[in-house]
Formats: sequence, structure tokens, C-alpha cells
Amino acid sequence: MKKCRRCSKPATLHITEIRKGEVQQLHLCEVCAQKYLAQGNPDSEDSSPDMNVEELEASDELACPHCGITFRQFRSQGRLGCPHDYEVFETELNQLLENIHDGAQHCGKVPLQTGEANQDHFRLIKLRSELQVAVKDEAYEKAAALRDEIQQIESRIRTQTTA
Amino acid sequence: MDLDSLAQHCGEWLRGTGPDSDIVMSSRIRLARNLSEFPFPNRADDAAKLEIETLLSERMMALSQRQKLNYIRVSDLNALDRQFLVERQLISRELSESAGPRGVGISDAEDISVMINEEDHVRMQVIHSGFALDDCWAEINRVDDLLEQEISFAFDERLGYLTACPTNVGTGIRVSVMLHLPGLVLTKDIQKVFQALQKLRLAVRGLYGEGSQAMGDFYQISNQVTLGRSEEDLIKTIKEVIPSILKYERRARESLLRESREGLHDQIARAFGILSSAQTITTEETLHLLSSVRMGINLGLLDELQIPAINELLILTQPAHLQKVRKKPLESADRNIARASLLRQRLTAREHEKN
Repeated sequence: MKKCRRCSKPATLHITEIRKGEVQQLHLCEVCAQKYLAQGNPDSEDSSPDMNVEELEASDELACPHCGITFRQFRSQGRLGCPHDYEVFETELNQLLENIHDGAQHCGKVPLQTGEANQDHFRLIKLRSELQVAVKDEAYEKAAALRDEIQQIESRIRTQTTA
Repeated sequence: MDLDSLAQHCGEWLRGTGPDSDIVMSSRIRLARNLSEFPFPNRADDAAKLEIETLLSERMMALSQRQKLNYIRVSDLNALDRQFLVERQLISRELSESAGPRGVGISDAEDISVMINEEDHVRMQVIHSGFALDDCWAEINRVDDLLEQEISFAFDERLGYLTACPTNVGTGIRVSVMLHLPGLVLTKDIQKVFQALQKLRLAVRGLYGEGSQAMGDFYQISNQVTLGRSEEDLIKTIKEVIPSILKYERRARESLLRESREGLHDQIARAFGILSSAQTITTEETLHLLSSVRMGINLGLLDELQIPAINELLILTQPAHLQKVRKKPLESADRNIARASLLRQRLTAREHEKN
């Protein structure tokens, strides 16, 4: 059975559309099909910024430079090729992850012995969320200090990765 | 680790003790982990798989002072030995049936197993008898910490531990509890329970996990979500839902007893009768009848038997176990004869001991 173009569920609705004289097929599960059809005015070409056939076709051909897997291959097998794929297919995977999980931010165990670079990343996550709170509370002085610290770490990470 | 000597007894998780072990057969937690600079096993060629296997098995052995694991190269085993490990729940079907360098590290008590080159580079599990998820978590978390001292796993600040399948990303955790629910199957209320579990986004599977059929009224309940919630939180969801399933199952058993004690007792006694006298019997029929007998013991309708003995028979009567004990390959028809003979011996010997 074909899988939905948007998530990993089985595709139950098969939509054939003629756009600019070209026949295009889209296989979707019920939930995604409803979303797709609800995107509104079929007369208007650019009424669907969230999802359209051309974009999906383009993302299908996207390939990971590390392991060579294309997004199309992932969709048919349901398995990724290497850890880098999460970065390469970030946009494509986000919707899927949000559908199958509770959001897309890890809040479980963190490796005990993370390298210096990794620790910087965790510090960044923490500081960024603190910054959000500070801005919300209109604590601008604190926010500025946090922003400086974030920038410092970010530039350190940049020099580490280029080195 | 000598597989032939394993065949004579069963792992820790079948001893049939622990909290609520009349209904909860076992509790299991597994974690999925990967090395960051290698392709996932499904996209790795044999050379890469060998490199992964060598690296991981060496690091795993380096832990031996603090956690002894016996390493078995699954790629060197024949089909029978691989099936044998599947039946004992020490490896998955996927690891058994895939190709290329792969293996498993197993603790002496068989409660810990660490698979290498399954769907992910590392799949580690802890399995305990009864309803004991906290113990499983404490243990697997410790094993993971130990491995992490030696290996740095693929981890992303936003997505957590990165896995071959996006359904496992984040915590990489699967928390599962194996339940024996013959009462709810008989009262036909089991579907209602499944529907309620699905609403909580919990999965229900058969005896051997993903894709396996429910046999002998055994069901595995496990989490599906792995990202966006902490391990403790996911464990808590399962821990909170199990007591109500246990309550429903006990209630179903009570109502069966109340409404037709003789009918139920008759079914159980006949199941025992067939098991202790059949001359040839299939795996399916054995599981089905052992399920009745197991419930009979728990209801006090069969007092000459013990739960651990029945748990053991669930595994010992499986095809690969029969062949390991007989030390020779057996065709299906011969297995059915060997199975019946083992059942007669085990079930009637116990009666004689008593007398």
C-alpha cells in the first residue's frame, strides 16, 4: 500500500489533478487529504503555500550528501539512511514528527559525557528559552545580557566547526 | 555463552514472580542508539556493518567489570540458533532475519540484551518478570550510562537521540508490558480495552512484538510517542494505565466464575487434559490451551500446578527450543510429537511428585 505523502500513514485518498495541462497524482491519508482539500480555492494557483504538488516533487529528489538517500527513498522504506538526514530533511520531517510525537523538542535524557561542543549546544537551548521568558517579562536588561552570551557561544561554535 | 545449556532452563523474566505476575508476564524497556558517523544498518554495506560491530562489541566488552555481557555473533549462527534466541526474547526477528555482521550481548540472567546492527546500531533492552517498569528503567539507564562512557551516540539538541526510523527519535525508548488477558478475551471486552489504549496513543501487539499475532491471549502494551516527553513521563503513562486493565481482567474473570463456574472449570480442566495426554500438538494449540491452564491456576481451579512451570512451557514448547533440547532438527510433524511428549512429561511428572 502506498504511504501518505505527508506522513507515514497508509494513503487512502488518491487525488489526480490537472495543473497547467499536466496530470499530477497525490496520495494522501484521510487526515492530510482533508487538510489539503481544505486549503481552499482550487482556482487560485498560489492558495496553498503549505503544500503543493510541485514542492512535494522537489523535496522528493532531495538527497543527503552523507549517505545518498533521497527523501523519496525514505518515504517508501520508512527508514532514514544516517543521522545527518534529520538535518538534511529537516523541513520535510518536521510535519511527520509533529504528527507522530508530542511536538518536536526532545525533553528526555541527555548524554552524560557530551563533548564541549555539545555542552555548548545545551547551554544554548537553556539560554534561548531564558531569553524568551525575559523578553516576555519585558526584562530587557537581562535579555540583552542573555543575547550577548548566546552570541558568544554561537560564534564559538562557528569557529569550532570551521576549524 | 553456550546456547545448548541455555535450552535447559529459562531466563529471569519467566520466573513468574514480581508484582501482579498473575496477569503481567513481564516488563520490558528498550533504548535505541546510533553512532553519529556511520550510516544506519539498513544503508550500511557489510564493511561498514563490520566496522560498527567490531567497534561496539569491543566497547561493550570493555564494560565487563561492571556489567558482564556475553557476546554472540548472530551472523555466525545457523537459522535454528537464531530462532532460539528470538523465542527467548533475547533478539528481535529483525536481527535474526537480516543480513551482514551483527550480534548481541546477553547478561547471564538473560535480563539484559544489547543488539548490534538491528534497525539501529544499538538496541538495548532490560526485561523483568511481573510489573516492574521502575526496575527496568533503573537498569537500562545504568547500562546506557555505562555504554555512553565508551561511545558517543548520535544526539541532537532538538531531536534527542537520532534513530533510523523517525518513530523512535528523541528518547529512543519503548516501554512495554506483556499481559495475559484470557478473561477479557472470553467476555469479548478486549476490543474496548484496545480502543481506550489507542486513544492514549499506546500500541497493542502480540507475543513477539511488531507484526506478530496475538497468541494464547498474550498482549504487549507499549508507547508509540518517543519525542516531546521524558522517559519518566512515558513510563508513567503506562504505569498508570496498567492497573485499570488488571482491574478489568480480574473483574472479567470474576464474572465468568459467577456466571458459569462449571463451564469455565470444564474448559480449563479439558485444556489440562489435552495438554497432559495429547500425542501430537501444534504450537498454536499449545499456547491456546496453556493460556486456559494458566488462568485456571490463578483462579485456584487447578491446584496441582505452578505458574512458573506454565511460563516455562510457553517457551520450551516453541519450535527452536524443542529442537535444541532434542539436539537435532525436526520437521513440523515430528516437532508436534516431541512437543506433546514434553508436555506429558512435564505436566504429569508434577502430579506424581505431589502424590
